[in-house]
Order: sequence, then structure tokens, then C-alpha cells
Amino acid sequence: MAYFIADNIISSLGFTTVENFNSLLSGDIGIEKMEDADIYPGPFLASTIDKTRLENEFRLLAHKYSNFSKFTVLEKLMILSIDDALSQCQPDVKSDKTAFIFSTTKGNIDLLDKSKKDEFGPDRHLLWKMAEEISNFFGNPNKAICISNACISGVLALNTAAMYINAGQYETIVVCGGDLVSRFVVSGFMSFLSLSDEPCKPFDKDRKGLSLGEAAGTIILSEKPSASKQGIKFMGGATANDANHISGPSRTGEGSYIAIKKALFEAGMRTDQIDHISAHGTATPYNDEMESIAIARHNLQKAATNGIKGSVGHTLGAAGIIETAILLEEMRNNTVLKTSGYKNHGVGEQINVSTENSGLELNTCLKMASGFGGSNAALILQKI
Amino acid sequence: MGKLFINKYCHIKNNKVFLDGKLVFSDDEVHDIKPFLKSVYRFLKPAYNKFFKMDEISKLAYLCSEYLLQDVDLSAFNKDDIAIVLSNSDSTSITDQNHQNSISKEGGFFPSPSIFVYTLPNIMIGEISIRHKLKGENAFFIVENFDAGLLTNHINNLYLTRKAKVFIAGWVNINNDSYEAFLFLLSPCGKKYNKGEIEKVYNQHKYI
Repeated sequence: MAYFIADNIISSLGFTTVENFNSLLSGDIGIEKMEDADIYPGPFLASTIDKTRLENEFRLLAHKYSNFSKFTVLEKLMILSIDDALSQCQPDVKSDKTAFIFSTTKGNIDLLDKSKKDEFGPDRHLLWKMAEEISNFFGNPNKAICISNACISGVLALNTAAMYINAGQYETIVVCGGDLVSRFVVSGFMSFLSLSDEPCKPFDKDRKGLSLGEAAGTIILSEKPSASKQGIKFMGGATANDANHISGPSRTGEGSYIAIKKALFEAGMRTDQIDHISAHGTATPYNDEMESIAIARHNLQKAATNGIKGSVGHTLGAAGIIETAILLEEMRNNTVLKTSGYKNHGVGEQINVSTENSGLELNTCLKMASGFGGSNAALILQKI
Repeated sequence: MGKLFINKYCHIKNNKVFLDGKLVFSDDEVHDIKPFLKSVYRFLKPAYNKFFKMDEISKLAYLCSEYLLQDVDLSAFNKDDIAIVLSNSDSTSITDQNHQNSISKEGGFFPSPSIFVYTLPNIMIGEISIRHKLKGENAFFIVENFDAGLLTNHINNLYLTRKAKVFIAGWVNINNDSYEAFLFLLSPCGKKYNKGEIEKVYNQHKYI
């Protein structure tokens, strides 16, 4: 069995899971209008991390570690995130029974900018190199595993970690995801005309597209449950492809439906056992409609469904990790958070999107994710 | 539960295509990946118009999968049970650079969605999935060098947890210096398969 024993989120809303959870409980929205010519020639909306706080907190780390070298912004975020999660459970990171799995779409893509090119050497923009630098920093002897599978990267990394632990290959796996709000990504999504001109509104009638966010998140899985926290275990996980379009989701929710079906099969569970769904909910017209169809095809319309991208934006390779960390915190608190930005139901199927924070006994939950390349993922968690 | 076997493997590098270790195509007249890919396409004649919209690395992955799956009958398997597990070291660095050039502060600002969409490595998985209507498990790993152990470990785990029965897996990479695609097909029937066997067939063309 694989258990979720520690987690961290660094986003616009805070530097720990609890800070983020409390901020979401208060209904905070971290997506703001920005003007930064280095990122985009005109004004744009994004959820970004307080970089002054990042530098201050990172400097404090120097006391704990001896092998301090130069790190990029994203590496600093991921190191801080991992350090906080490690402090909650103190696994032996120097053991070969501990592995690191990284999840990112674009990693240090900001290094492609000419002004930064020579600062970190010729191959630091490569994702395996970033992963290696971070796992070397913590002194882990295993080769860092790096997954880059668009917006399902985070959930896929968690599923992969649980699968390797269940097979007895590792005792502990540190799963860390991160992506930045960069010129590269903002201009790309702008060219797709898929960015909303106000904080995004998942599942809402007036949703106009997504909001981008940056985040780093860490979840540690272990073959033994946590001694101090509510035990939550991995029950099942799967991915599936729509085989339909590289940048648009299936109109029948096919891949998402299959991923959920296979995750339920592995969990040995029925859909009526699912108490709560954390959706992908990007607030693009097609994604949310597709998810509502996949949920309805499993007769999960009554399950309390929410999403946090209306507060923290779409954090790409970090999304699956930080959204699962929030889901774990919801389970520990038996609370379903409201879906920021959702007011008037705007998808074809009558799924139960949360409008307020509410108390609910949460035993079994489903995390969904979908992304470019027709990719879809599902993950089922349960309290022990 | 039965075992997995290697059905076929295809290796494309240095203007040559090898299928199951045998040279099946080469073009010594071209000196760049772009004309080479066009040349392979003309030779194969797959009549697949989506090819012309793809970036170079997706074209390379697609052509390699086309060789791998031609004359293969997978109709005995459910499309949900056919997984694609790919890897490389440079992600989509050539297309990343193209997108970066279109948004530079010096050279003008004209990002294109048709370039940007190809800046994710798993788009290769998407293209192969669309071509063959494959709906199974996906994973894209970024690793410094071809790593048979990483791939076979992931595949064996997916197989043992009954998440897939057939696997299209391997390595597709392009950087400024070279290109290489190596894909193999595993299913419950064929030749014996293990990490060492994958390494052996990969290294067959090491010095070419």
C-alpha cells in the first residue's frame, strides 16, 4: 500500500499547504492583473508567487544544508517545497529506497531568454538536468525520474510513485511538481486565445478561458502511513488518451471516462463510494464541458465537485500535485471548498459543483486531470 | 499472468531506418532532418495529411510508429489496453526555440498557436494515439540518455497492475546535433523480452 504522508504547496496564496487551504477557505483569489513587459507586451492576468518571500525563505535554508550552489527561481521554489514536506516526516533521503519523481511541463524555460542563457550552463533548461540538480541537492542516490506529460504530469507522477511503492521498489517517494508564469507560456496561451480577461470561472456559464498560475508542490508517498497525520492511502490511478485531437478534449469525455473507470477498477470500488471530486476545471469552454460529461457517464452527478483554478490559476506541471495536496487537506478537515469563480451552472450535465465551503464526511475522493495531447488522468484516495 | 514479448522494433538515425535490425530505408543525399523526414514519408506513402502539420519531432515519432505498426494486427486487443510510454532528453527543445524566437524582445512578437502546441513532448503520444485510435496508458519521461531500465520498469508495473497489455515504447529525441527514434512493440506474444534484450536491440545500431 502507498500512503500520502506529507505535502506542501507554494503558490500566490502561501508557502505551505495549510496557508493555501486557509486562504482558499477565506475565498482569496491570487489571480491578479499584471503589467510586466518581460513576460508579456500588454497587461495580463496571472497568479504569481511573492519572489521577495521566496528569496528570504530560501536564504534561511542555507543554515540547514551545506552544499549550497546557484539555483534558478523554479529550482528554489521546488527545493523549498520539498524541504517543507520532508520536515513533516523525515524520511531517509540518502537511502536508495527513497526516490524523487519530478513533474513539470516547461521547467527552467525562462533560461531560453538570451539575458539568462549563460548564467546556469548550457543544459540547465533541460528537464532531466533540473531534476538532477534538485535531487543531488538533497543527496538522493537514485537517478531522478522526470515526467513531462502536459497538464496531467502531476497526477501521473503521483500514480507512478504509488505504483512503484506498491511494487516494493521504494519505501518512500518524494513527488515534486513545478512550473512558472513565463513569457514562453503566457505568450503561447495568449496566441491560443485561451486566457480569460478576468479570474477564471470553472464550470460557470460565463467562463471565458483559463488563468495561468505558478506553483511548486510536493507530496511524499510512503509504504507506511504517517504517525502524526490522518492516514490517507492511494487506492487506484490511471491515465488514458482521447485519441481525438492534440489541443482539444474529446466531446464525449472518452479519455477521462476511461481513466476514471480504470482507477475505480484498480481501487476495487463502485462510483457510489466517491464522496467528492476535485476536477481539473480549467474554465475553458471545452474542458469543463468534457469533464461534466465524463462525470455524468459514471453517474457521479451527485458527488460534491470543485476546483481551485479560479483562485490559484492553472499551474500546469504543479497542478495535479497542489490540487491533490488541497484534496488531502479537505479530507483531513472533512470540508469541501467552494469553487471560486463558479456562480451560474454552465456545463451541459447537472454535476454538483460546490458554491460554498461545506462540512462533509470525506472518506473516498477522486482527482481528475486532463491536458494537451489528449491526455487524461484519474486518482482515487481513501482514508484508512 | 503471461509474459510480455518483443514483437517489433524500429530505429531511425543518421538518415537510415532499421526495422527489426534490418536496413529498410536510407537516403544519403540529404543532410538535414527536414528533407530526410520528407524522404521517408514519400517512401512509406502513408497518405496521412496530418503529417504536414506536425513539428519535426512529432513527424519523426509518427514515422517510426508507422514502420513499427504497419502489418501489425492489434485487433485482438482493446484500444484501452494499448499503452504508449516514451522518453527523451531534450523534450521539445527545437520547437521551444522556434516559439522563443517568435516572442523575443529584439525580433518582434508573433507567437503562433500551431507552434506552441508542439512545445509539449507528450504531443508525440497524442499524434500516435490519434493515428491508431489508441486510448491506453500514457507517460513521457525526460532522462539524460536512453534508459531501458526506466522504460521496462514502468512497462512491467503497468502490465502487472493490469493497466495495459500491449506497449509502444521507446525514445524519440532531436537536438541541434542529432536526431534519433527507437520504438519497440511489446505484447503477450512474440520473442522473449527483458531489460537486457531491449538494450541489445537498441545498441545494434550504436555505431551507425
